[in-house]
Amino acid sequence: MMRFVWFFALVLMCRPAFAETVLDVGYLSVAVATPPTLSNLDETPENIGLAGAQTALQDNLTTGKFLGQSYTLSESHVPLGDDPVAAAKAMLAVSPFLIIDAPQDLLLEIADLPEAQDALLFNTSAQDIALRDQACRANVLHSVPSFAMRTDALAQMLVTKRWTDLVMIAGTFPKDVAFAEAVRRSLTKYGLKLDREKTWDASADLRRSASQEIPLYTQDLGDYDALIVADELHDFGRYVLYNAWRPRPVVGSEGMQPLTWSPVIEQWGAVQLQGRFTDQHGRHMLGQDYAAWAAMRTLGEAVTRTDAADVTTLRNYILSDAFELAGFKGRPLTYRAWNGQLRQPIALAHPRALVGQAPLQGFLHQTNEMDSLGLDQPESTCEAF
Amino acid sequence: MTRDLKTSLLSTVVGMMLVSSAFAGEIWVTNERDDTVSVIDTDTLEVIKTYPTGERPRGITFSKDFTRLYICASDSDAVQVMDPNTGEILHDLPSGEDPEQFVLHPDDIHLYIANEDDAITTVVNTQTRKVVAQIDVGVEPEGMAVSPDGKIAITTSETTNMAHWIDTETQELFANTLVDSRPRHAEFAKDGTQMWVSSEIGGTLTVFDTATQTEQAKITFEVQGVHADRVQPVGFEFTNGDTHAFVALGPSNHIAVVNAETFEVEDYILVGRRVWHMAFNADRSQLFTTNGVSGDVTVIDVASRKAVKSIKVGRFPWGAAFRP
Repeated sequence: MMRFVWFFALVLMCRPAFAETVLDVGYLSVAVATPPTLSNLDETPENIGLAGAQTALQDNLTTGKFLGQSYTLSESHVPLGDDPVAAAKAMLAVSPFLIIDAPQDLLLEIADLPEAQDALLFNTSAQDIALRDQACRANVLHSVPSFAMRTDALAQMLVTKRWTDLVMIAGTFPKDVAFAEAVRRSLTKYGLKLDREKTWDASADLRRSASQEIPLYTQDLGDYDALIVADELHDFGRYVLYNAWRPRPVVGSEGMQPLTWSPVIEQWGAVQLQGRFTDQHGRHMLGQDYAAWAAMRTLGEAVTRTDAADVTTLRNYILSDAFELAGFKGRPLTYRAWNGQLRQPIALAHPRALVGQAPLQGFLHQTNEMDSLGLDQPESTCEAF
Repeated sequence: MTRDLKTSLLSTVVGMMLVSSAFAGEIWVTNERDDTVSVIDTDTLEVIKTYPTGERPRGITFSKDFTRLYICASDSDAVQVMDPNTGEILHDLPSGEDPEQFVLHPDDIHLYIANEDDAITTVVNTQTRKVVAQIDVGVEPEGMAVSPDGKIAITTSETTNMAHWIDTETQELFANTLVDSRPRHAEFAKDGTQMWVSSEIGGTLTVFDTATQTEQAKITFEVQGVHADRVQPVGFEFTNGDTHAFVALGPSNHIAVVNAETFEVEDYILVGRRVWHMAFNADRSQLFTTNGVSGDVTVIDVASRKAVKSIKVGRFPWGAAFRP
């Protein structure tokens, strides 16, 4: 009798293979010309981002095999000089689900293609605030945090530490300018201000002379509690540490940084994700890898819960209250229904350890503490959602 | 001294002895970041011994006769068998990679082990010291339970968000049921007719009807002054007769007391930081909770539902097990 019961349960619970739901996802990365930097030490992994999506694919497949659901991930890399829009069109002809690593302008061009109107795109690298504001698009979700989310996290830490006398050195590359602008916005938001600000315009080769150049360059900043560096391309900032005129902490793009992800995160079960990633790719998981992982897992979670593979069902579910992603950051991750941004804690870390994770204790919010980071609903002028 | 007074004194003394003997026992706690187990005397509420273990000890359980202690030494990739009378490690059992949590089958022989890194549940015969079966489960298996009749074993997978139902006769899955995000712990209740699963990130407990593997109830929590995102149910245990479940709520630093008939939360008890797992004493009048971040164990008086003492143990206490 018992045997019969087991057999019956088996028939009931295992869905037959022919009913399989398959989700095809494309990963599109576009090469961007990067200016030379002073140090040759940093090497960007060739598979940055894609590696995260691949790890999430494995996670999704393991879950899917118990539910009769499957996933594919096809990849397209557009080298410098090739036409990224043509590549996007080709991918959209295969699947409406695209995970994209491309700068803001290109992302918008792809999002506005007629072929993309019924698609669901994930932005995994452009941190521009405008994409979550006036330039938002209904078919674009952002798994990468905005500059504003990162700098709000930094500002919360500065308030918590009572480092209120602040100075900043900002680079001149567009990303540096955007980060510096976000810093100013965040400091105002949290009732802080910059005492002094300098633009990095030195042309010396600091690899040889940092110990001579930086003390002089920073001498006229006066005294302060912390020095903010806006150097998102990691050009000069690394030489400021331990060379500045005043012995004060360095934060921002160097020193204690606000980050999407870092190899030093081990709390909240993160060791598991770090381990899976490193086993698969032979290197540490970086912020952009995490953003692509989160995008692919978002789709996986939505398919798991809805057993659907169409854009409307999945998008509605992802933006609903029912959706939550366990993202190894200690809180359930959800999407802001007003601009498509993935809510997520931001790590404040130096290269050897996590200092804290924003939202920090005491920064309250009427609906979700994570909305103390980045554009909140009343601030965002996004109307596409 | 009058006869009455003598009788009364005598009964008091006898009463105290009874209470004392009911309380006598030890709580063994694994310290995840110290590679040790701490032994707490349930009478004096003090740490009486600390023994070294393999790397990153987490799951902990005794054999039926309490002569052997099994410890998941996660980073040593082994289940260690300790003689609890001497603290000596007798031998290791093959466990598969990164054993996190396990459950001993009622036959006292088979251990069902969750291999967190490998998406596998490993079944080990503790007598032959051989792996009997390896069962593919979801990503990051953690919670383990076995039904009182021994027929069903459960593995919960944290990233796949499922309870996997294993037929212990065939060592194969016969059902996979979705739960809320990051399921951490599973227990059978009510003579095995119910199976409960906690979801850390989902913030819920799901109660399944064992016979049909269907959801019977879902329990949510609300701790005053703590944001819902930080109320994260992890370990839980049942009181005598399964009338109530005591549920560890992780970083909210509270234990919830759930009425197992109505599924209502009756009480919240403030304990140490990031409360994780727990164990009762012999008569279940005291509950010992492991508090990972504060590195201590909170002792709760079950009747009054009050925390009565904190006991400092090693760094990041994780699992707890009782022996008389």
